[in-house]
Amino acid sequence: MHRYGRRELFRELGLIVAALIFCLPFYVLVAVSLKTDVQTYTEPLSLPRPPHWSNYSEAWNTGGDRGLVHSFQSSLIITLTSVVVLLVLGSLGAYTIARHSGAFSNTVYVLFVVGIILPFHLALIPLFVAMRHLGLVGNYAGMIVLNVGLMMPLTVFLYTGFIRALPRDYEEAARVDGAGILRTYARVVIPLLWPITATVGLLAGIVVWNEFFPALVFLSGSRYQTLPVAIYSFWSGVGERWNLIMAGIAIAVAPVLVFYVFAQRHLIRGFSAGVKG
Amino acid sequence: MLALPAFLGLVLFHFVPVAVGGYFAFTDWSLTAPSHWVGFQNFREVLHDGTVHAALRHTLVLAVCFVVAVNALGLALAVGLNRAVKSRHLLRALFFAPVALSPLAIAFIWRWIFDTDGALNRLLRDVGLDSLQRSWFADPQWALWTVFVALVWQYAGLAMVLYLAGLQAISDDVYEATLVDGASAWLRFRKVVLPLLAPAVTVSATMTLIIGLRVFDQILAITNRGPVDATETLATQVYVQTWLDSRAGYGAAVALVLTTLIAALALLQLALLRMNEQRL
Repeated sequence: MHRYGRRELFRELGLIVAALIFCLPFYVLVAVSLKTDVQTYTEPLSLPRPPHWSNYSEAWNTGGDRGLVHSFQSSLIITLTSVVVLLVLGSLGAYTIARHSGAFSNTVYVLFVVGIILPFHLALIPLFVAMRHLGLVGNYAGMIVLNVGLMMPLTVFLYTGFIRALPRDYEEAARVDGAGILRTYARVVIPLLWPITATVGLLAGIVVWNEFFPALVFLSGSRYQTLPVAIYSFWSGVGERWNLIMAGIAIAVAPVLVFYVFAQRHLIRGFSAGVKG
Repeated sequence: MLALPAFLGLVLFHFVPVAVGGYFAFTDWSLTAPSHWVGFQNFREVLHDGTVHAALRHTLVLAVCFVVAVNALGLALAVGLNRAVKSRHLLRALFFAPVALSPLAIAFIWRWIFDTDGALNRLLRDVGLDSLQRSWFADPQWALWTVFVALVWQYAGLAMVLYLAGLQAISDDVYEATLVDGASAWLRFRKVVLPLLAPAVTVSATMTLIIGLRVFDQILAITNRGPVDATETLATQVYVQTWLDSRAGYGAAVALVLTTLIAALALLQLALLRMNEQRL
C-alpha cells in the first residue's frame, strides 16, 4: 500500500538525524554524570572513560539536604499513596456519575471538567493557609491530601468517559442476582476498569512524581522533600559540581523512564487525553 | 453518596480555594498578620508595577513563540512519522519521552548546556565559531530564549502525538488519492490534509498555550528569574510575592490576573480555531 522508495528513505534518514540531535540533552546527562570533577570542566562532552560511577553513590548518599535516598523514599511514598487513594475515590465518584443520567449528574460532571481547567496558582494560597492550620504542611499526609485533591477532577473526568462507554449488562445481571451496589462495583466493575485504571494510574503517578511548585511550597525546608525539590536545593548547595547534579537528575528521572519503556502506550494515551489544562 | 469524597476533593481543593484566593486579591494580607479589605488597591499597584509589567510581557512573548514553534515542530514530526518510515514507532517513543520527565530536572540539563562553560559554548568553540559564544542565560537578550528552547524540546512530542492522532483519523484512501492525482506534496498537504487536521490543531494549540502561560519550573531551574528580572513571568511573580515576600494579598492579585489571562486567551483561541474549523 505504502511505497518505500528513495524519497521515503531520505525522509527516514532525515528523521533519524533529527532524533540524534534531539537526544543530545540525554547524552549530556549521562556523559557528565559519569565524569570526575576535573573531566567535567576540561572535557565535558567526550565519552566518560573510565565511567566515574561514584557520582551516583555520592548524590544518592549526600545530595540535597540529607541525601537523595531520603527524597527518593519521600517521592515514592507520596506518589504511591496519592495514586492509590485517587484511583479508589476517583473511580467510585466517576461510577456514580456515569451511572446516573439526568440534569444533576450532568451538572456535576461539567463541574469536574471546570475543575480541570481552573489553574492552581490562585487556589494554592488559601489551601496553604488552611492546611497549615490543620498541621498538613511539611509532612506526608498533607502532600498526599493535596495531590489527591488537585488531581481529582482529571481522574473523575477520565474514568467517567470510560465508564459511560461500558455496557451495563454485567452490572444489571449482578444486581438482579442480589448483589449490592458496592459488591457489584468491587466484583464486576473494577475488573472492567483495568485499562483506564492503568492509564490514569500511570498518568497521575508521573504527574505527582514530577510535581515541583506545590511540593516546593508545601515541603521545602521539611524532612520530606520530594526529588524535584531536593534537586533544586541540591543545585543551590553544590554550585558548579555538575557531574553530581547530573547524577542526581538521572536518579530522579530513571524510574519514570523505566515505566515509559514498558508502558509507553498507556502513557502516551494518558498524556494526550489528560495534560491538565 | 459514593461520589462524596471525589466531590469534596473538587469543591474543597478547586472551587472554594479559587473563590477565597479571589477574595484575598482584595486584601493586604501578609500570610501572618490579619488582613484588611483594600478594594482595588492591589490592582492599582499591578497597573504601576514595572516588574509585573515585564513579567506579563515575558509571559506573553514566551507563550506565543512557544505555541507557534512547538506546534510547527510537532506537526512536522507527525507528518514525517505518520506512514512509510520504518523506524516510526521507535522514533515516536523517543520524541515523546521528555513529556513524561520532570520539567525541573530536565531544565537543569538545559541550564548546563547554556552555561558559560557548558555544552553549547564548547561546541561553538570546537567548530571555530568562538565569536558566537555567549553567557546565554546571564545575558538579558538571550535568557528568555534558553527557557524557550527547553520548553519546545520538552513538549514537541506532545504536539506530535496529538497531530498523529489527527492524521491517523484520515483514511488511507483520501491520503492515497491525492498521491495519484499528482498534486504536489505541499499543495496536497495544504488543501487536503491540513483542513482535516483542524480539530487536532485546536486541541494542541490550546493545550500548549496553557502550558506556555503557566511556565514556572523551567524558569526557576534555568535562569532563576534573572538576570535581574529578564525572565520573570506572572507565575514566578505569584511565587515571589506570596511566598518569598509574604505579600499574599498582592500575590493573589497577580494570580488572579494570570488566571484571567489564561482563561481569556485559551477561550479566545479556542473560539477562533473552532470558527476556522467550520470555515474549512
